[in-house]
Amino acid sequence: MKALVTILPKPSVLDPAGAAAAEAMKHLGVEGVGRVRIGKIIEIELSGSVDEARLHSVATDLLSNPVVEDYTLHIQA
Amino acid sequence: MKFAVVRFPGSNCDQDCVLAINSLPSASAEIVWHKDESLAGYDAVVLPGGFSYGDYLRCGAIARFSPIMTAVKAFAAKGGTVVGICNGFQILCESGLLPGALIRNRGLHFICRHVGVRVEVWNSRFTSAACTGQVLNLPIAHGEGCYYADHATLANLRANDQVLLRYCDTQGRIQADANPNGSLENIAGIRNEAGNVFGLMPHPERACDPLLGSTDGRALFESLLS
Repeated sequence: MKALVTILPKPSVLDPAGAAAAEAMKHLGVEGVGRVRIGKIIEIELSGSVDEARLHSVATDLLSNPVVEDYTLHIQA
Repeated sequence: MKFAVVRFPGSNCDQDCVLAINSLPSASAEIVWHKDESLAGYDAVVLPGGFSYGDYLRCGAIARFSPIMTAVKAFAAKGGTVVGICNGFQILCESGLLPGALIRNRGLHFICRHVGVRVEVWNSRFTSAACTGQVLNLPIAHGEGCYYADHATLANLRANDQVLLRYCDTQGRIQADANPNGSLENIAGIRNEAGNVFGLMPHPERACDPLLGSTDGRALFESLLS
């Protein structure tokens, strides 16, 4: 079993790397590119029963910084 | 006055802090390992610069959970003086001892040079040896020093005189082109609401000896002794 934690900068936070990637895509002629945000995905291998509440608390306290980031948690069988 | 300088795995300004503090009259500093759990006998704590835990995950995110941080939080809760410099500032924000966060520099580059910072508030325990409006020439060395906080937090910081240092030009003007990293409102250093915890991105400990090009950092350390 795996948990995937996807972390992105909050929309209100400046993401210069995302802006640079968006510009590069426009230079390549990719049409319709709007805002680009760059974050990270953390893959956690799990054994035994999954404590989803614990995973949420770890995602909030350690894996992301709620001041500047949002996260989503996906648990894969 | 006895200082504890906390050494995390990856700290690299700890000895600079010890040297700077030991050069002051009536002050001494010792290294405290991050796995220690007590700060008994110390009058002030410094979290130094560096790359604790390799900056993995986020700067300061893992150091925040080091055993010593429980003692640092208790020390701060009792009104003890805590200073975080550069990575130390990042650790203080990650641990919730200071509001806001430090994110990637606006220009994406690691910046290592001297900058001007203006002292915004003199009547704090961290800036009392300086004057309001005084411009200090201090080095910065960081890739993630862009201070961010939401509007409500920024309003609180202003209302409570918590912003102690702002990036400025040589004339002391707070301007966009004097802002090296994109920090909101040119913020270079803040204290907590209680006034006993201070975090700053510039390195005063690297500006305490004429050989290093500036001695303006001494004022911040001397403030702690008065």
